[in-house]
Amino acid sequence: MSDSTALAHAEHGHEEHPAYLRHHFENVEQQADAAGFAMWLFLLTEVMFFGGLFTAYLIYRNWYYPAFVQASHQLDIFWGTLNTAVLITSSFTMAMGVWCAETRRRSGLVLCLVLTFILGLGFLGIKTIEYKEKIDKHHVPGFHYSLQSFLNPQSDPEIYKEYKDKPLALDMARHTEVYFSLYFAMTGMHALHMIIGIAILGFMIFRARAGAYTNGHVTFAENFGLYWHFVDIIWIFLFPLLYLISRHQ
Amino acid sequence: MSATIVTLPDQSTARIPKVNFITKENGLLSWLLTGDHKRIAILYLVSITFFFFIGGALAGLIRLELLTPQADLMATDTYNKVFTMHGIIMIFFFLVPSVPATLGNFLIPLMIGAKDLALPKINLLSWYLYMAAGILAIYTMATGGVDTGWTFTTPLSTHYVNTNVLTTGLAVFIAGFSSIFTGLNFIVTIHKMRCPGMTWFRMPLFVWAHYAASILMVLGTPVLAITIVLVALERTIGIGVFDPTKGGDPILFQHLFWFYSHPAVYIMILPGMGVISETISTFSRKRVFGYTAVAFSSVAIAVFGFFVWAHHMFIMGISNYSMLVFSLLTMLVAVPSAIKIFNWTFTLYKGSITFETPMLYTFGFMGLFTIGGLTGVFLGTSGTDIHLTETYFIVAHFHFVMVGGMLMAFLAGIHFWWPKMTGRMYPEKISQLAAVVTFIGFNLTFFPQFILGTLGMPRRYAAYPPEFQVLNVFSTAGATILGVGYLLPILYLTWSLKYGAIAGSNPWQATGLEWQIQSPPLTENFPVTPIMDHECYDYEWLEKQTEKEVASVG
Repeated sequence: MSDSTALAHAEHGHEEHPAYLRHHFENVEQQADAAGFAMWLFLLTEVMFFGGLFTAYLIYRNWYYPAFVQASHQLDIFWGTLNTAVLITSSFTMAMGVWCAETRRRSGLVLCLVLTFILGLGFLGIKTIEYKEKIDKHHVPGFHYSLQSFLNPQSDPEIYKEYKDKPLALDMARHTEVYFSLYFAMTGMHALHMIIGIAILGFMIFRARAGAYTNGHVTFAENFGLYWHFVDIIWIFLFPLLYLISRHQ
Repeated sequence: MSATIVTLPDQSTARIPKVNFITKENGLLSWLLTGDHKRIAILYLVSITFFFFIGGALAGLIRLELLTPQADLMATDTYNKVFTMHGIIMIFFFLVPSVPATLGNFLIPLMIGAKDLALPKINLLSWYLYMAAGILAIYTMATGGVDTGWTFTTPLSTHYVNTNVLTTGLAVFIAGFSSIFTGLNFIVTIHKMRCPGMTWFRMPLFVWAHYAASILMVLGTPVLAITIVLVALERTIGIGVFDPTKGGDPILFQHLFWFYSHPAVYIMILPGMGVISETISTFSRKRVFGYTAVAFSSVAIAVFGFFVWAHHMFIMGISNYSMLVFSLLTMLVAVPSAIKIFNWTFTLYKGSITFETPMLYTFGFMGLFTIGGLTGVFLGTSGTDIHLTETYFIVAHFHFVMVGGMLMAFLAGIHFWWPKMTGRMYPEKISQLAAVVTFIGFNLTFFPQFILGTLGMPRRYAAYPPEFQVLNVFSTAGATILGVGYLLPILYLTWSLKYGAIAGSNPWQATGLEWQIQSPPLTENFPVTPIMDHECYDYEWLEKQTEKEVASVG
């Protein structure tokens, strides 16, 4: 190369590098910068991934609005709201965890990660209760799907008491299956992301107890925090779209 | 052809540098666990060549079946499986990763003066995902194959066929993540890892083209992933998103699928265009004419490419209005593509052109891509499209772009950077012959298909009316020649690994940063971080460098 390369070498300096600096980066800032940018890009791919589902939802909700309204009445707003609260709290504990990592508080970090872990499991637990209800009522799309609750709402006294839904015509009632297809696809994909997140959290708790993330190298904790908040935000959209369809009336 | 720019070191004294990325470590594990982008590129090169030959063998079977009007070589069901697997393997396991994962992986850090890609482990992960997906695809093929066509059209794929849709879908899903990680890695690297002085407009156009293709990979591929998930859910538990009997709409599947699969066409061609920009400058000894326009046209193709997908759906029942809009947008994409072709042509003007093998492939690319692209404009016109769609005209069109364009560019790139990757030259005469054979074979194979298409021969059938036989025989004969054209490089490139002339660091007298270091490069690429103190494609700068070296030695 040219003589100018020598100059760069001189600028590079000889100060001590921390052990976590990978060989191909010039300095810690560049490394953290690249990792953060990569994480944001990854979240962008996630947005596109869920975007396909939201597109499908948007179209079918416009086509089959009455079916979507009645099908959404089958969801339990109490559990949904509780789950939203659980998830937002878990995002708070996660954010506190990242702050603990940045300010090098090891026990604080472990505590926050454990809390996030428990809240995450709690969310999945509540989701299981809701799923079970759908299975019992034959509202899982597929071979066993039942239109009973929509053709004859009075057969479902609990829901009928609250909403006084009129019976749907057969062709519209059948479209409730599209709603539940999307319900299970969207919340299922979201739950899958939660499960992956919880698995990584378990790994992080293990590492954090050994002193990781509180040694100045917080990139992983920060990026995982971004992932966790992203999964949270997906739910923030799913909750009104799936549970609160007719609430503005 | 006496004129040549090739300058090799004195063969009696020249040696391959003892320490380089190949010799640094030994043993299989040092390759399988490597983080070095150059080694991963070699891993990819070997694996995609393997898949190319599987896809090629399937293509051979297709052409052999179509030699005669009757379906006599194989049962029609088998034929369906063969063309489906040909498409899936060639698209997801060859064309999409071809240039980016091999040449792009190898060269992007070198071209921007970085020691490696930003995320070496993710890079290795992407190769493992690719291999897992590839093995799954081959397993699928061995255990009965799939016959939906590479497009997984619903409700055929969800309700009617009883072949391995799920495993193939999973293979494509995994391969998609491999592609996402490659694109993500490139974008981060190009943003964050450029050496001092390497501004955006000093980057080689190869890097710009990869940047644009990476945007498409990152934004498009996840949509394909969710589409496949929905198809799988529909096939297994019977959700109704694409099922008309439940109120779902199969057209939605088409929208989601082509939202990825049309941009995927640009994922396949843009990196090839990057290669052409490099070769055409080097072998004309001129800066690429209209550098900025060529750079931005890559980004423009990436952006426009996202808004034309419905031109695959003109006969599928979309409204006349969206047909009108998508037809117009489709023609807009022709503009940046034409900007590239015209600028490359102007680069040739008054250049000192030499005809080494990469340049021959480059000329092949320019001619064939132009034909492929222009027939694309015919097809973007809705009236013509409705007449020609699902005929061999379509087959000829996208093979002109993909094989005539991308494969030519891939071979141009492989020959051009072979000395950098291996330290040795390929044999010039026989490779020029191979380039010419490929060009002739290609035209003989695919030009008759344009005529067949206009005459009305439909695609995806094992049998056809006897009056089409003459042209089909031409096409099959051409495919044989094309096969020879692809076998030759495998043979002589392997030969050259041991017997090729020592290339030295810069056999082409090219200007890119990758040519200013030893070949094959060191594991850390640059002994000291380079500083980019000149524009790219600056041949005067290179001349001054050479003078300086001579002065300091003498």
